[in-house]
Amino acid sequence: MVDLSVDLAGVPLPSPMMTASGCAANGREMHRFIDITELGAFVTKSVKAAPVSGRPTPRMAETDSGMLNSIGLQGPGVAAFVEEDLAWLHSIGARVVVSIAGGTASEFAAVARRVVRSPYASAVAAIEVNISCPNVANRGLVFACEPSGSHKVITLVREEVPRGIPILAKLSPDVTDITEIAAAVVKAGAHGLTMINTLLGVAIDPVRLRPHLAATTGGLSGPAVRPVAVRAIWQVSAAMREGRVPAVPIVGAGGVRTGADALELLAAGATAVQVGTAAFNDPTAPLRVGRELADALDALGVDRLADVVGIAHEGGLR
Amino acid sequence: MTPSHPLGTAAREGARVVQVDAEVIRSAPAGIYQHLTLVAPGIAELARPGQFVAAAIGDEHSSMLLRRSFSIHRVSPQGAYGGTVEIVVAAHGPGTEQLLALPTGARVNLIGPLGRPFPVPQEPVACVLVGGGYGSAPLFWLADVLRERGCHVEIVLGAASRDRLFGVLEGRRSADGVTITTDDGSEGSKGWVSDVLPELITRTGASVIYGCGPMGMLRSLHEAAQEHGIVAQVAVEEAMACGIGICMTCVMPVRDATGTTKMVRSCVEGPVFRGDRVRWDAFVDGRCLVPDDALGAPEAGAR
Ligand SMILES: Cc1cc2nc3c(=O)[nH]c(=O)nc-3n(C[C@H](O)[C@H](O)[C@H](O)COP(=O)(O)OP(=O)(O)OC[C@H]3O[C@@H](n4cnc5c(N)ncnc54)[C@H](O)[C@@H]3O)c2cc1C
Ligand SMILES: Cc1cc2nc3c(=O)[nH]c(=O)nc-3n(C[C@H](O)[C@H](O)[C@H](O)COP(=O)(O)O)c2cc1C
Ligand code: FES
Repeated sequence: MVDLSVDLAGVPLPSPMMTASGCAANGREMHRFIDITELGAFVTKSVKAAPVSGRPTPRMAETDSGMLNSIGLQGPGVAAFVEEDLAWLHSIGARVVVSIAGGTASEFAAVARRVVRSPYASAVAAIEVNISCPNVANRGLVFACEPSGSHKVITLVREEVPRGIPILAKLSPDVTDITEIAAAVVKAGAHGLTMINTLLGVAIDPVRLRPHLAATTGGLSGPAVRPVAVRAIWQVSAAMREGRVPAVPIVGAGGVRTGADALELLAAGATAVQVGTAAFNDPTAPLRVGRELADALDALGVDRLADVVGIAHEGGLR
Repeated sequence: MTPSHPLGTAAREGARVVQVDAEVIRSAPAGIYQHLTLVAPGIAELARPGQFVAAAIGDEHSSMLLRRSFSIHRVSPQGAYGGTVEIVVAAHGPGTEQLLALPTGARVNLIGPLGRPFPVPQEPVACVLVGGGYGSAPLFWLADVLRERGCHVEIVLGAASRDRLFGVLEGRRSADGVTITTDDGSEGSKGWVSDVLPELITRTGASVIYGCGPMGMLRSLHEAAQEHGIVAQVAVEEAMACGIGICMTCVMPVRDATGTTKMVRSCVEGPVFRGDRVRWDAFVDGRCLVPDDALGAPEAGAR
C-alpha cells in the first residue's frame, strides 16, 4: 500500500486529493456521488462578505479540452456560508479548505475573521485566499497581478487567522513573473501556495460573431491548461530551491483528470492536488484520481507519495 | 501508452441519483431526431416526468468535458435488460452529433435522474401539455401519470415544420386530445402554439399548463396562463456544464416565495419552474441579464 499522506504546512492530511474552489459548490451536491470526507480536503467556493449574484449568462463556453467560465464569484455571503455550508461540512466530519475572496484587502480579512471565529472552525484545515479577484481600489485589476496588493491582502488575513490554520495564497498564472508574486505573499505570511487559477480567455460565437460569454472574458480551465499549471509549479518550486522564494508547500491545480496528470504536478513540486473542471465531466474524479495516483505510484515502485514531490527537479526517478 | 481510466460510477445510499455506464440498446430516427434507449440501472426506478439525465461525451480522453443534458422521455424499470431510459436527441453541435451516431452496444456515462420533476395536481383537473420540437419528449410520460390520476389531458405539439414534430402518434395514445401547429403549415394548423392555447384553455377549463421547449415559447405559455388566471409549469433548457449543481453556469433569475429574485441553478432548482416566478424580462437577445433588484446584484452604476 502506497502511503499517500501529506503534511500541508503542519496539517496532516490522509490524501493529497482536494476539490478545486468553485468546481464542487459547497459539498452537498458532490456528496451525492462520493464521500467527500475521504478527500484530503474539500475546498469551498470562494465566498465574499455579502451575497453576490454573479455575472449574466451565458457564463460558460466549452473549448477544446477545457472551458471558459465567467461565474463572477456568485455566492451567499459569509454569514449564510458559515451557518448553512460550513456547519454542514463540520457535521459530516469533512476537512475543509475555506476559499475567501474580497474586493478590498479588509473585506478578505473580515471574511476570514467570520470563518475562524465560527463554531465550526474546527473543521477548517486551511484558508485559501483567492487573490485572483478584482481590486476595487485599483481599477478592478486583480490583486494577484501585482505584488503590493497581494502582500496587503495576505498581511491583513494573517492578522485574523490563528496559528494552526495555514493560509494558502491562490495565484494567477496571468502574470509576467509568478515567482515575484509568490515571494510577496510568502513574505506577507502565507504558509502555502495554490496554483493555478484560470487563465483569461475569450470565445467568439460562430453564428452571432460576438463574444460567447455575456461578460466577454472568462477563465480558461481544464486539461488544456495543465502544461501552464506544471510550468507555474515548476518555476516557483525552482525559485524555492534557489532560495529566491521562502520554501512553503504548493497545492497544484490545473487540468488534472487522471492519476498520471496528478503525478505530473507532484513531480514538478506540488504537495497536494486539486481537481476542478474534470469534476464536471465526472463528479467522482477527485477520489478516482487519488486511486489512480496510488496505482501509478505503486507501478513505479514508489512507497511514499512524499518521495516524488518535486522529484523532477532532482533528475527524476532513478 | 496512457493507461485507460474509465469514468466513475456512483450509487450512494439515499442520494436518489446514480452515475452509471449505460449501454445503448436501440437507436432509431424519429423525424429529424434520434430516439435512444439505454440500459441504465437505477435511473429508471427513481425518475419522474420532467427530470433529466446528463451524458458524458466519449471516454476519459474526450476533448469535450462538459455534460450534455436530455429530458427523460420514458423509463421502464423492469425491461428485459434491466431498467431502461429513453431520450430524444436533436443534432446541435459536436456532442449531440456524437451521441446521434452511437451504435447499439456503445457505452455512455450517464447521471440521473436530475432536477425537479413536474409537480402533479392533487385533484383530477384538466391540463394542457405543450411541447415545442423535441421539447415534447417528456410530456407523454407526464400525460400517462396525469391520466392515471383522473386528469383530462390535452397535448399541443408545435414545431417549425412537420419533420421537427416529435411524438404525434404517441400523443394520440397518451392524451384525450392532440392539437398540432407548425410555423409553415406542413402539419396541423399554421402558426404558433400560443395561437391555439386560449381556446383550448377555455374549452377544457384547464387549471394548469405544462410546457417544455424554447424560452420564447415558454414565455408565451406563461402569458396565456396568466390571462386565464392559471399557472404554467415550464421546463427550461439553459446551458449546463455539469447538470448536478456544482458549476453555477446554469443560473437564471427566479422569484422565491417571498418575492425576492435570486440567480438560481436551473439544474437543481429547475428545470421545472412556475411561470409566474421566472423573471422573463431578464432574457434579452440570447442572453440572460442579472436584474438590478436580484439578491447580490452589482450596485447600480458599479457595473
Ligand atoms: C434540462 C435540459 C433538457 C434538455 N433536453 C433535451 C432533449 O430532450 N433533447 C435534445 O436534443 N436536447 C435537449 N437539451 C439540449 C441539449 O442539452 C443541448 O442541445 C446539448 O447539450 C448541445 O450539445 P452539443 O455538443 O451538441 O452542442 P455545443 O453547443 O457544442 O455544446 C457545448 C456546451 O454547451 C452546452 N449547451 C449547448 N446548448 C445547450 C442547450 N440548449 N441546453 C443545455 N446545454 C447546452 C452543452 O451541454 C455543452 O456543455 C436539454 C437541455 C437541458 C438543459
Ligand atoms: C466554473 C468554475 C468556477 C471557479 N470558481 C473559482 C472560485 O470561486 N475561486 C477560485 O479560487 N477558483 C475558482 N475556479 C478556478 C479553479 O479552482 C481552478 O483553479 C482552475 O479551474 C484550474 O483547475 P482545473 O483545470 O482543474 O479546473 C473556478 C473554475 C471554474 C471552472
Ligand atoms: S449545470 Fe452545473 S450548476 Fe447547474
